[in-house]
Amino acid sequence: MADTRTPSFPGVQTTILGADEIILNMGPQHPSTHGVLRVKLRMDGERIVASECIIGYLHRGVEKIAEHRSYQQFAPYVDRMDYVAAVSNGLGYCEAVEKLLGVEAPPRASVVRTILTELQRIASHLLWLGTHALDIGALTPVFYCFREREEILKIFEKYCGARLTTHAFRIGGLQYETYDGFEHDVARFCQDFATKIDEYERLLTENRIWVGRTKGVGVLTAQDAIDLGVTGPVLRASGVEWDIRKAFPYAAYDQYEFKIPTGPNGDTYDRYLVRMEEMRQSRHICLQAIENIPAGPILAKVGKVLKPPPGEVYHSIEAPKGELGYYVVSDGTIQPYRVRVRPPSFINLQAFDRMVRGHLVADVVAVIGTIDIVLGEVDR
Amino acid sequence: MATLENIVHHPFFLPILYGVVLVLVLPLLIGYLVLLERKIMADMQARLGPMRVGPHGLLQPLADGVKLMLKEDITPTEADRWIFWVAPIVTFTAGMTALAAVPFGPGFQVADLNVGLLFVVAVSALGIFGIVLGGWASNSHYSLLGALRSAAQIVSYEVAGGMALVSGLLLGGSLSLRRLVEAQHGEGAWFVFLAPVGFFIYFVASVAETNRAPFDLPEAESELVAGFMTEYSGFRWVIFMMAETANMIVVASVATVLFLGGWLRPFASTRELDFLDYLPPLLFLVLAAYCFWRTPKQPVGIQKGVMALFALICLGLAGAEGWALTLPADSALRAAIHGGFWFLLKVFLYLYSFYWIRFTFPRYRFDQLMRLGWQFLIPVAIVHVLAIGSALLLRQRAGWGLWPAMGLATLVTLLVAAWLAGGKERPAYLPSEPGG
Amino acid sequence: MTDEPADKQPAKQAEPPKGEQPSAAQPKAPRVEAQPAAPAKPVVPPAKKEEPPGPKPLDSPLVLRFRARFGEAIRDAVIDRKQAILVVEVGRLREIAEYARDEEQFDMLTDLTATDWPKREKRFEVVLNLYSFPRNERLRLKAQAAENEKVPSVTGVWGAANWLERECYDMFGIVFDGHPDLRRILLPDEWQGHPLRKDYDILTQDTAWVRENLGIESGQ
Repeated sequence: MADTRTPSFPGVQTTILGADEIILNMGPQHPSTHGVLRVKLRMDGERIVASECIIGYLHRGVEKIAEHRSYQQFAPYVDRMDYVAAVSNGLGYCEAVEKLLGVEAPPRASVVRTILTELQRIASHLLWLGTHALDIGALTPVFYCFREREEILKIFEKYCGARLTTHAFRIGGLQYETYDGFEHDVARFCQDFATKIDEYERLLTENRIWVGRTKGVGVLTAQDAIDLGVTGPVLRASGVEWDIRKAFPYAAYDQYEFKIPTGPNGDTYDRYLVRMEEMRQSRHICLQAIENIPAGPILAKVGKVLKPPPGEVYHSIEAPKGELGYYVVSDGTIQPYRVRVRPPSFINLQAFDRMVRGHLVADVVAVIGTIDIVLGEVDR
Repeated sequence: MATLENIVHHPFFLPILYGVVLVLVLPLLIGYLVLLERKIMADMQARLGPMRVGPHGLLQPLADGVKLMLKEDITPTEADRWIFWVAPIVTFTAGMTALAAVPFGPGFQVADLNVGLLFVVAVSALGIFGIVLGGWASNSHYSLLGALRSAAQIVSYEVAGGMALVSGLLLGGSLSLRRLVEAQHGEGAWFVFLAPVGFFIYFVASVAETNRAPFDLPEAESELVAGFMTEYSGFRWVIFMMAETANMIVVASVATVLFLGGWLRPFASTRELDFLDYLPPLLFLVLAAYCFWRTPKQPVGIQKGVMALFALICLGLAGAEGWALTLPADSALRAAIHGGFWFLLKVFLYLYSFYWIRFTFPRYRFDQLMRLGWQFLIPVAIVHVLAIGSALLLRQRAGWGLWPAMGLATLVTLLVAAWLAGGKERPAYLPSEPGG
Repeated sequence: MTDEPADKQPAKQAEPPKGEQPSAAQPKAPRVEAQPAAPAKPVVPPAKKEEPPGPKPLDSPLVLRFRARFGEAIRDAVIDRKQAILVVEVGRLREIAEYARDEEQFDMLTDLTATDWPKREKRFEVVLNLYSFPRNERLRLKAQAAENEKVPSVTGVWGAANWLERECYDMFGIVFDGHPDLRRILLPDEWQGHPLRKDYDILTQDTAWVRENLGIESGQ
């Protein structure tokens, strides 16, 4: 194997001492693999030559279960896939089934769904930031991020009783009315949040060490990203300005004004900046939304027994991790014939190999963190 | 004849006494430093830290010590038993021995060596043996990688740190730690003000030498679990942790002696500020008062008791410091008691900045770490030594004042450092590397 | 880091694709306008609320182009819930995929999965969801394969297909011809059975594997 790192001078004989490649196994139990992920690295010294992700440790057969539950019964299962951002999963599924049925959620439900989903996006990004920084060695941001996340989870708890696996939405709209003080809580959180994001940025964005650890690490070109089907902040940081909330607006997103942040280089630093800006934009959307939540019913008339006409639909939303899609096939009975979840983490994780080649072992954790995977979604 | 008189006046009495005190006090001090680190970490992370064991966690070190001693002692099957056993001992002993030459007050040291600085640096470097032996004996990939990295890192930063010490040495004129402090008394200024760049280089080098963040990759949890310490559990692990903290105390002591004026109080030469001598007893009195005030607020009786005990200890220390004030101004005992206070205060402040940095910055990757050490710190340290030497020559031959000469040296060094740091934008990877 | 204001166009009627952007998959994809999810479909009068949703035949310029190119290989063109579906012959799946990517600018494979219809003659239906960045349009390709029929792999067309086809193989047992590394991805390598098939009961497990590797008797 030609060693391209050794400079060659005319007239000088260079002998490469034979060095075997070693295989290093990370996981499935490892503090930084964010769940049960096993990564096999083939290394030449400290440099990674090839890698392989071995997944499936958290496979629970969610798609099979869907075929044996009614449409409403399946809704809580969806939360357990991307358990960090359960509300988004619920939104995607409910909207997919609504499309299948041919109904639309009433405007009030759409707006409340938007608010909760954007809060969930902030919560998911906060968790990502805390753990990503922790992997790279910054011990403090994780506590600050969880402090903010706590506020969001309190709002969820007041709304639907659960913090993590919320089952917040129903097919056709919402089950619960917003509680008294919902707008006030969200407004107060959003007001405090702007200074908090600045706090995190002060700790990290201009820090030499942070920049040194993330700039140029895990570069994914836009060409590769599109070819590999990568979506979400990873795609946006590679320079492709694409967001399903703008491309195929759902819920109430077409009523609000927000920007889509992109990054020029597609490295870890850009993904960090993109997600920070996304948090700011989410806050902006929430503030716009709570100003004017329309009055009206919260649940469309769908009836207790759901039997969508035979057919199929593919509906996707912009989950915090990427494009979360549901392909639901109905055969006219009360149980879906097939529910396929298009998991953004699974497809984004494919890009890991391309991102990590040529890097050092210490960068592996940075790259895993920057893709932002949740094993519940990767394995379903 | 072994009468009390003879024993006390025996030339080895004081050193042995100090040695025994050191050996007894050091583990306790280390334990409380670890608690202090946890409380400071918690404070910076918006939480409270240990609160349950003893009031505000004050008995935590004792609880931890007991737990770790009773823990199951696991040795990996294929590990080399004797080396596995001796490795932590080597590291801890090296650290503790290095403290023998460090003066906590004038004459308040185990051994007043005339090559004290050299002794301390050399003996603390022996700790590397323990690390590498530990990593090897664990018979594990991760441990070996971690140990080798640790060793490489320590050796690299040893060079830069040593050069920084040389610059302080040039100012002090002697390797004896005691004479260095006396020189600072003589010059009327701590060497940190005369050679700030040297202090800064030594600070960074000492963070790297003790494997603390941001240079703690060898023991980073997320990378290699715990590096060379992975396979150690229970009491053996305690010894490694104590060795790390002891090392921190050693480098802090060296920095204090060389740059921060050792046992001197601020403005030691200025007679007008003699009222500062009242600061030690005052500080302890305030601390004792605060503890007494908090005592009734503790939830449980036993915690009240411990808090009151702590308050009494502070009161006792205040009393000791106060009593020292009654002694004549040039009494050795007074100098020792007050000096001890100032010395420990400076060491604590130095360690506080270690903790502060640990919880603020992310970790350097190993190649970035080595690059920083070899391509930035060492050149700057070399330039600094040359600059200080030239400045002293200027002072000696050309009659320059001390401050202008030192100021010039510092300026030259900073310019070189800025040129080295600012210059080319270093990419994360060299261009010829496969990028994917 | 750049961000540009989103263009807010009223998302009302379907327009023919803009077509100024010549080639697919540029590194800087053009700014996406807020176009509706509906690909070019014939203008349907909106007042047909009573008609229940379901698949209806589709006859759009896109379908015409595909039919012109592949003739009989395009078995059926349907629109269901406003989403275009082309049912194609499985043997020519790869060609059609390449055409879709190169000529029709469907540069991203959003999803690749399968459905099991055991009562049909060809029980598996491989479903590809495609997306075109330049046209902001989605398309679904479906190919029906019999139980032991090999389906051409589209890994060479879109890199995303690699793991997606492995998952199909894992869950259904569909063998993809030309896949570089076809082995199980979610289940252990030695697992027997393909769970998402309809004849694999929900409580079934590979008891032999469980006994050997986990040391327990499978509770199911």
